[in-house]
Amino acid sequence: MTRNYWQSICKVLAVCAVFLLGGCDMVLMDPKGQVGLEQRQLIITAFLLMLIVVIPVIVMTFLFAWKFRASNKQAKYSPNWSHSNKVEFVVWAVPCLIILALAVITYRSTHNLDPMKPTNPDVPPLVVEVVALDWKWLFIYPEQGIATVNQMAMPVDVPVEFRVTSGSVMNSFFIPQLGSQIYAMAGMVNRLHLEANEVGTYSGMSANYSGHGFSGMRFDALALSQQDFDGWVEQVRQSNEALDSNSYQNLAEPSERHPVEYFSMVQPDFFQGVVDRFHGRNVSMQAGAGE
Amino acid sequence: MFGKLSLDAIPYHEPIIMVTVGLIVLGGLAVVGGLTYFRKWGYLWNEWLTTVDHKKIGVMYILVAFVMLIRGFADAIMMRTQQAIASGGAEGYLPPHHYDQIFTAHGVIMIFFMAMPFMIGLMNIVVPLQIGARDVAFPFLNSVSFWFTAMSVVLINISLAVGEFAQTGWLAYPPLSGIQYSPGVGVDYWIWALQISGIGTLLTGVNFFVTILKMRAPGMSLMKMPVFTWTALCTNVLIIASFPILTVTVALLTLDRYMGMNFFTNELGGNQMMYVNLIWAWGHPEVYILVLPAFGIFAEVTATFCKKRLFGYTSLVYATIAITVLSFIVWLHHFFTMGAGANVNAFFGIATMIIAIPTGVKIFNWLFTMYQGRIEFSVPMLWTLGFLVTFTIGGMTGVMLAIPGADYVLHNSLFLIAHFHNVIIGGVVFGYLAGFSYWFPKVFGFKLNEKLGKAAFWCWCIGFFVAFMPLYALGFMGMTRRVSTYDNPDWHIPLVIAAIGAVIILCGILCQFAQLFVSIKDRKKNLDLTGDPWGGRTLEWSISSPAPFYNFAETPVVHERDAFWDMKEKGTAYKRPAKYQPIHMPRYTGAGVIIALFSLVMGFALVWHIWWMVVVGFLGMVITFIARTFNYDIDYYVPAEEVEQTENQHFKNLEKQA
Repeated sequence: MTRNYWQSICKVLAVCAVFLLGGCDMVLMDPKGQVGLEQRQLIITAFLLMLIVVIPVIVMTFLFAWKFRASNKQAKYSPNWSHSNKVEFVVWAVPCLIILALAVITYRSTHNLDPMKPTNPDVPPLVVEVVALDWKWLFIYPEQGIATVNQMAMPVDVPVEFRVTSGSVMNSFFIPQLGSQIYAMAGMVNRLHLEANEVGTYSGMSANYSGHGFSGMRFDALALSQQDFDGWVEQVRQSNEALDSNSYQNLAEPSERHPVEYFSMVQPDFFQGVVDRFHGRNVSMQAGAGE
Repeated sequence: MFGKLSLDAIPYHEPIIMVTVGLIVLGGLAVVGGLTYFRKWGYLWNEWLTTVDHKKIGVMYILVAFVMLIRGFADAIMMRTQQAIASGGAEGYLPPHHYDQIFTAHGVIMIFFMAMPFMIGLMNIVVPLQIGARDVAFPFLNSVSFWFTAMSVVLINISLAVGEFAQTGWLAYPPLSGIQYSPGVGVDYWIWALQISGIGTLLTGVNFFVTILKMRAPGMSLMKMPVFTWTALCTNVLIIASFPILTVTVALLTLDRYMGMNFFTNELGGNQMMYVNLIWAWGHPEVYILVLPAFGIFAEVTATFCKKRLFGYTSLVYATIAITVLSFIVWLHHFFTMGAGANVNAFFGIATMIIAIPTGVKIFNWLFTMYQGRIEFSVPMLWTLGFLVTFTIGGMTGVMLAIPGADYVLHNSLFLIAHFHNVIIGGVVFGYLAGFSYWFPKVFGFKLNEKLGKAAFWCWCIGFFVAFMPLYALGFMGMTRRVSTYDNPDWHIPLVIAAIGAVIILCGILCQFAQLFVSIKDRKKNLDLTGDPWGGRTLEWSISSPAPFYNFAETPVVHERDAFWDMKEKGTAYKRPAKYQPIHMPRYTGAGVIIALFSLVMGFALVWHIWWMVVVGFLGMVITFIARTFNYDIDYYVPAEEVEQTENQHFKNLEKQA
């Protein structure tokens, strides 16, 4: 009887798990880059480790509540029992050990997954400069001399170094399927290293609320083969627009659900100008720096 | 003359807001009309507005909390509805300007104006009774504290009808909250509501810290204090240490907005990261300010309803102290993604996890209190059991978020939202509602309806899981917080489920109010004549219900941890003293409510830059306070005969019961 009961509970749980994991599109559980893969592993490991405490607690709650219910006069009643060195030892020691294990994992993984750490130090990364604006993303490819809005591309299996700043308020640059996010803050540059290992189009977003247009502040991250990436760069170069201080001023005006834009030309130090503007160093920016 | 204020400030074009405002105005008129018709203005003024009785102040705090629970929950329902219908590019019914105010108001209201007043209300009612005191250390200050909180609640509700509220998220990160990106009055309402209530809270912290340290009954050493009083002590230490940080941080933001300074702006050396650090240096202790008293309530409830001494009192106390200290060195875990180095992130991640150890120990202490007990499944005990299961899950997801490497993908996602609702609803709300039904008879003299209480519990508990488990999944599906519209069709079904969960929680809230209504109607049937309806263990149960206004006719002497239980065991409970003494009590005063009213005037004037009115409000506060210091008639003696009469009535009731 009891066994059947448990079996049916397990069946229901299994169905739920399948529904949750398979029925929905759990992007964090289906990463497309090595950083995301490591993070998935980390989340699962931590989850399983904590179940060592969590499951007994939940089981004990139900078990004790049932067994020592007031109507069960057979159960032992010790109204003055309130101390036991053995129990105290176990309830301090077990959480301590688990947290110790987690602390080691945390220390290692924090260093390993440090956003500033290159994903593959032997390969020179593709540099993409990212500017969060109200409410769109500007991507600058200094090596290619191009810039885009609300769409970025990268070749697969090539490390990418994102240099992230903001031309306005705080945002967080995030492509869930590739891994880590990082804050975009005006006057500052944060570095984030990611790598896509599978061809595809991944949704990117701001993960930090930044005002009325925040919900539509999305972009597509295209992970392409090297050949397609070169083709994409060529396509951007076909654009008639150039990113200079004038077009930047226009772009920086608040706009919602901004369409994808390509700029065929941008000066290599343009990004630094965006950052420096907030330090009062590059005041000529307004008059047209870098032109 | 009226600064920035003009008739345009009233949002006529927003039907939802205007209907709400209309209802509030009608409700207000009904209350005013009722008071006038039944000639209750004098009663209201003499018994409530001017009171310095900690129990009445506690009741008013909890009343405020319930009213704001309705407001905050209405916001929640609106958000859930918006997200449930705004799928696949649909706009929904709330434009960003309105939606962004709603999620900001929801957070601010639930933390500052629901949870805080509820917690302080319970502390007001219970702490003096548990330590055998006649009132708090500074009764007048207590009245000032309450009225500051109440007036900041009024101010935040004025923002609904006049002007707008902040659209920045509940912690108003700059530069978004700076004057450049939020030129409206919304952030100013946020600033002054927080400043006024923050000062009230700080004064409460000082008041209860002194009360607990200096006014305990003879014999009650620190290690004989009831656990709720212990957690209240730690909470007040946290309030004293952390609320000044909030006040200063918000003051610096105020200088940025009002005086053109650049503490947190993008330009001229302003540093937004400084704000984020400071606000969380307050914000993290704040969550422990809320949850520690809830832990205390669970400890009292478990011991009482398991008819058993609390397991591991000493370790519970040290665990509480450990949490108090540790809560100050973990704030950075709210922004691992800001770009700190790996060592810094690892330090704060590990420090955060260490808090899980004392918290886990507490959970086991409650479990082993249940072990070999005689558990009665009364409403407070049900909340406790619900808490044990729910909170453990919330703690687990909290530790997951504390691992920086995992937080890099989970930060600001709905996983985070699910986590903190999991611990705040499962810990704080369940705890306060347990405390509400547990101590209700002590304040009003009758028990709450059990059936409706249980219904409320089941609706809350099931509703919570239905509403927030999909949010965990949505976090893994890459959904961030605070979006009003979305394109991803996969998010739609979980969001609809979550909305259903919110409706189930709504049923829980309605049951709670129905319970209150039915219990008041049937109060004659559920009278608590003994003063000890649950077989209690601590001093508050040794006096009559409702507690007499002077609390204890004779100051009790404490020998053991569970002082009243010990008295009952030794047969020294309910002993008539040989002779009653006159009791020294503080006189009621209207100064508190008047000072706070002027603070409301000042706050409103500051929001709208009406400078002459700011001066009026400020001078009003100062002059009232000075006038109060010249009032020497602040106390009186309750004659011994009156005490004897009251106590004799209680003894008569006791005999009738026996």
